[in-house]
Amino acid sequence: MSLLEVSGIEKSFGAVSVLHGVDFSADAGEVVGLVGDNGAGKSTLMKIITGIYTADAGAITLGGEPLMHLSPGERRAMGIEMIYQDLALARQQDVASNIFLGREPVRSILGIPFVDRAMMKAQAQQMIDRLGANLPAINRNVGSFSGGQQQTVAIARALTFDPKVVIMDEPTAALAVREVQGVLDLIRQLKEQGITTVLISHRLNDVLSVTDRIVVLRHGTAAANLVTAETDMAEVVSAIVGGAGMPDAAAHEARG
Amino acid sequence: MSSTKAQQKGLWSRLQAGSIEQLHVRLESLIVLLALCALMSVLSPFFLSVSNFMNILLATSTIGVLAIAATFVIGAGGLDLSLGSVMGLSGVVGAYVGVTMGLPAPLAVLACIAAGALAGFVNGTIITRAFVPAFIVTLGMLGIARGIALVISDGRVIYGLPSAMVFIGQGRPFGIPMPVIIFVVTAFIMHCLLAYTRFGRHTLAIGDSENAARSAGIAVDWQRRLLYTLSGALAGLAGLLFAARINAGDPTAGLTYELTAITAAIIGGTNLFGGRGSILGTMVGALIMGVLQNGLNLLAVQSYYQQMAIGAVLILAVFIDQYQVRKETRV
Repeated sequence: MSLLEVSGIEKSFGAVSVLHGVDFSADAGEVVGLVGDNGAGKSTLMKIITGIYTADAGAITLGGEPLMHLSPGERRAMGIEMIYQDLALARQQDVASNIFLGREPVRSILGIPFVDRAMMKAQAQQMIDRLGANLPAINRNVGSFSGGQQQTVAIARALTFDPKVVIMDEPTAALAVREVQGVLDLIRQLKEQGITTVLISHRLNDVLSVTDRIVVLRHGTAAANLVTAETDMAEVVSAIVGGAGMPDAAAHEARG
Repeated sequence: MSSTKAQQKGLWSRLQAGSIEQLHVRLESLIVLLALCALMSVLSPFFLSVSNFMNILLATSTIGVLAIAATFVIGAGGLDLSLGSVMGLSGVVGAYVGVTMGLPAPLAVLACIAAGALAGFVNGTIITRAFVPAFIVTLGMLGIARGIALVISDGRVIYGLPSAMVFIGQGRPFGIPMPVIIFVVTAFIMHCLLAYTRFGRHTLAIGDSENAARSAGIAVDWQRRLLYTLSGALAGLAGLLFAARINAGDPTAGLTYELTAITAAIIGGTNLFGGRGSILGTMVGALIMGVLQNGLNLLAVQSYYQQMAIGAVLILAVFIDQYQVRKETRV
């Protein structure tokens, strides 16, 4: 049994059926790529796992424990973290506030729980240092940072509370070449620590270089489940576009 | 860029950052308050005196409590246009319970705050459950609350509150007016709540990015409902202070007060679109409004012009705020 088991997920938005019976699993320490065309349902599936969306049918377990009935906060507490494509940062708050958002440590003064700012700042700084990241100042508002720096904050937030599964939605889409390498190295580090990573990406080169397994979503179902070491660009592209027009698309990706 | 200019800018930015970090107050609004006080003391010989200072605080206490409510709601990315009407309704409910029904003062006091909280709870519930925008819901409540106040009082002022209630408005322990004491204590508690508790931090996070707050596992809708209820309860407190001060429940009390309260919150550094705000900043904003009104009174400027001044200040404050945000934030 895998660490994360997702089975039979169905989801419609109004009349539009996005997912119809998706199965997905990931072992501890495994890096799974989740690829598919725009609208294939990748982000929707992941948001169902984190609890932002509610599925119409299906089951999800983490370490054998069902979590369909849990709120997003409770699922985070169980160890499921997601780095959203839009990063989901509060831009007018500083780094520590963002990293600890929803999980602020408190200390009691006269029986009233006050947020422990000093502890938040110290731990946030520690996390940023551990990531080897370069932020201008930890007490600045996140909105004043560059895209890569904001990404660092989002990553730090996902890693601060010892996650079991980290889902990354297009983490490299908005990054410069050097920053992309940083993210890929980070995913390899997470693997060494036994942390499961689900990587959603359109950059198939990134996916092929860092994953153990690649799941292809097409038309709301898991159309293919490929072991990365035994597959190649052509096969992945073929699974994404579904055969037709495959040689052109594969040739294009191979060049890119 | 010359090096002196860079240094000057550095000092100014450091002062700005320090002011926000240590005092939770924007340096600009403090400077405006001091400049306004200086200007008024030059223009009027009556301005600089302890008794006039008390007058300003007394006049600011009602608006100040409403401005605290506005800070919480606007800080969370919402809006409460019903503040003034709910304040009027609460005063009338308190007077009705204390005078018409003849119940003891503590019950009347409680009724004021409960009436406000209930109106706020209705606002919050409709906004979060029925997905009607806050602007519309609270605009509707502005009319509904005023209407209920007029119905309950039959359109007349209810005079002669219980004496214990009047003490809340007119008592002067140690020479300090009771409304000022209640206002300052409320502001202190609400400042701690907004700046130092999880509830307060989450309030600003919701206003900053609802998306971020939701994905962080914050119960956004529940907290919104609480915030509108808090806003209503504070409007109830303001209604109590006002009714107790004039010793009457006046169904027209608080007319257009939301304009001044929201202006005070915005001048104090609350971001109109949420995500930023502090009660101490709002207090400075409320004092700016108080000094402005007091000064215009001392200079015998007609109250019609004062309305114009407040409206103009609101637009100016939002303009400056947006200018700052555009400068500071990358989009």
